[in-house]
This record gives sequence, C-alpha cells and structure tokens, in this order.
Amino acid sequence: MADTMKFDLVSPEARVVSGQAVSVQIPGAEGDLTAMPNHAPVITTLRPGFLRAEMDGGVQEFAVFGGFAEITAEAASVLAEHAVAKADLTREAVEGHLEKARAAMDAAEGPAQDLAAKLVADLTALSEAATA
Amino acid sequence: MPSLKDLKNRINSVKSTRKITQAMQMVAAAKLRRAEEAAEAARPYAERFNAVMAGLAGSVGGSDSAPKLLSGTGEDKVHLLVVMTAERGLCGGFNSSIVKLARAHATELAGKGKTVKILTVGKKGREQLRRDWPDALVGHVDLSDVKRVGYANAADIARDVLGRFDAGEFDVATIFYSEFESVVSQIPTATQIIPAKFDVPEGEEAAESVPYDYEPDEEAILADLLPRGVATQIFTALLENAASEQGARMSAMDNATRNAGEMIDRLTIEFNRTRQAVITNELIEIISGAEAL
Repeated sequence: MADTMKFDLVSPEARVVSGQAVSVQIPGAEGDLTAMPNHAPVITTLRPGFLRAEMDGGVQEFAVFGGFAEITAEAASVLAEHAVAKADLTREAVEGHLEKARAAMDAAEGPAQDLAAKLVADLTALSEAATA
Repeated sequence: MPSLKDLKNRINSVKSTRKITQAMQMVAAAKLRRAEEAAEAARPYAERFNAVMAGLAGSVGGSDSAPKLLSGTGEDKVHLLVVMTAERGLCGGFNSSIVKLARAHATELAGKGKTVKILTVGKKGREQLRRDWPDALVGHVDLSDVKRVGYANAADIARDVLGRFDAGEFDVATIFYSEFESVVSQIPTATQIIPAKFDVPEGEEAAESVPYDYEPDEEAILADLLPRGVATQIFTALLENAASEQGARMSAMDNATRNAGEMIDRLTIEFNRTRQAVITNELIEIISGAEAL
C-alpha cells in the first residue's frame, strides 16, 4: 500500500505544483474533502477556497477558484480555473472575482441565484482570509 | 540608367529596411519562445480537462436531459464563426490563411441556406472579412492592448459566446485559428466548440471505465464544466494562434531579410558597373582629347 500519491495542481496557464503528496485537502462544491492514497475514485467540482497539500517538502497551501478535482487511488489532480499560493493571494485579486460573482448573482434567478449567492459567500470568506 | 547617386540612395534604403526586418525577426523569435512556453504550460490542463469531459459526456450525453451545450439546440440553422486572427500584420500569410478557411466555410454554409454570423477576434481578420461579409459580423473582440493572452481573455470571449448561445442567437459555433506545428508550418484549423465534441483518444477506453463517484451528480458537474470547456478551448486556440503568429512573422521576416540582402548585392554590382562605366567614359574623353592635340 502506497503511503503517498501523485498530486497535480494545474491551472489553464501553468502547472502549479506536481509531486508526491500524503494528503490533499480539497474544497469541494459539496464540502471539503481530503484525498489520501487509495481513495475511492471521485470527480468533484470546486468552490473557491483553500487547498492544503501535505507534500514531501512540507505543507503547501493554495487558493483555488473554480474547476474540478479528479481523485483516484493513485493520484489526485486538481484542475483549477485559477490557482495561487496562499501567501501570494491578495485581496484585490479576490475582489475582481467577487465583483463578477455579485453581478452574476444579481442577474440570476431561482435556483441559479442560490448557487451564485453561495459563490459570493465563498469568495467573501476567501477575501477575508487573504493577507493585505 | 540610374545615376550613381540614385543607386547609392537605393542601397542605403534597402540596408535600413534590412535592419528593420532583422530586428523584427529577432523580436518575433524571442516572442515565439515565450508563446511556445505558454502553449506548453497550458497543455496539461487542456488534456486532462478533455479526458474527464469525454468520460462525462459519454455517460450523460445520450440522455434527453443532457445540457444544450453538449447536445445542441436540435437545429442547425444559424452558425457562428469565431475567427481568431492577429492584431498586427507583417506576418506572412498567417492572417490570410485563417480568413481564407473561414471564408470558404462561410460560403459553403451560406450555399446550404444556413445563416452565418461572424465574431472576430483580432483586427486583421475583421478588416478582411468586412469586405465579403459586412452583414454577418456580429461582434468583435479587441486584443490589441493585451500583451500576453491570459485565461481571463479567453474567459471573456467565452462569456460573450455563451451569452449569445443562451440568447438563442446561434445553433452551432466553430472557432478558426492557426495551429502551431513549427516555425515554417502553421495549419489553419476549424474546431466546433458548440455543441461540444470531445474526441476520446484511442486506446484509453480502459482508463475511462473507472467508476467514478460524482459530487454533485454527473449532470451538475457537466453543466458546470461545459462553459469552462468552451473557455479552455478558446484559450488553447488563442495560445496556438499567438505562437503561430510569431512563427509566421519570424519566417516572413527571415525571408524579407534575405531578399533585402540579395537586393543589396544586386544593386552593389550595378553600382560598381556604373562607376566603372563612368570612369571608362572619362578616360576615353581624356585620351581622345589628348590625341586631338
């Protein structure tokens, strides 16, 4: 039984990290989940939040915005639409997303509005956690 | 016969043209490297994305409740052509070849009685298409202020396209761009993005059959991911285009530099011959003058 698994975090613009990880905590759309080796295969969409990977070189944290994660027994790949290291996250960057989300919320109706409201709430939490 | 002064002027002007084309070639080479790196960096995301989407589309695609982005509107009347070209010229046949492909496509569709709408990305394509299809142009995305195409640019274009789709403005969308193969070869390509098509790579059937749990359910994921898929495809196309443009410019400028060199050689020979002729002429005059005495 392997005690590490392959972990990739890719964004459309670059491969952010790639390596072996012991566990990866992923902000799934329906709640956080932690992927560990031999996890059952899951595909989940992401909500904006923090991703925490326990890797060989220590714990790394990233802020991810949207996308999805594919978890298998041997690997966890996270395809985030936008991903930055937690330390590099600035409030302005989140505000940009937040503004768009708010506009979408105002435009949406019915169940879509609930989803949009949730997105805004997630982003607000992210914005508050952002340093400076 | 041009005078010596004329020839000298021409040689100098061709020399300065050569300097400019040489500089442009070097700039394009540097930009090409960066564009290639960007395209390379984007590949893992696009590949993984398509693999997952292909699996999802395979399992949900058949059902009636499949999202419209996947199954289409059920009609095939109005086609949107998204023509992506460069903002600047002087890059050989790069812009023209994309426009040519789009134009052929548009003519074929119009011949079949379909309505054609064109969305242009990049100034050059718009300029060329305006002549033939002035009424079909429904929008334009200007990227002339963008130094480096980012995912955000692609997302904006995707939002525009999806907004039009939701408003029922078209049934089928196709993107036109140039695929970067090498510096000397860029292939104009057309890819249909709506309804989405995913090619499952051969021999990967076994990998696809892993029974995934989906959170939330498959259809919700698909609904969330399909719009992102459109953005991803547009982003990939933009990056390919950026690399192709620089590649095309590099080889065009390389040719121009070489042509300028040849021209300079030719003009220099002509200059030398003319000078020689002038000297000979003067000698004849002096000698015949001396003989007459």
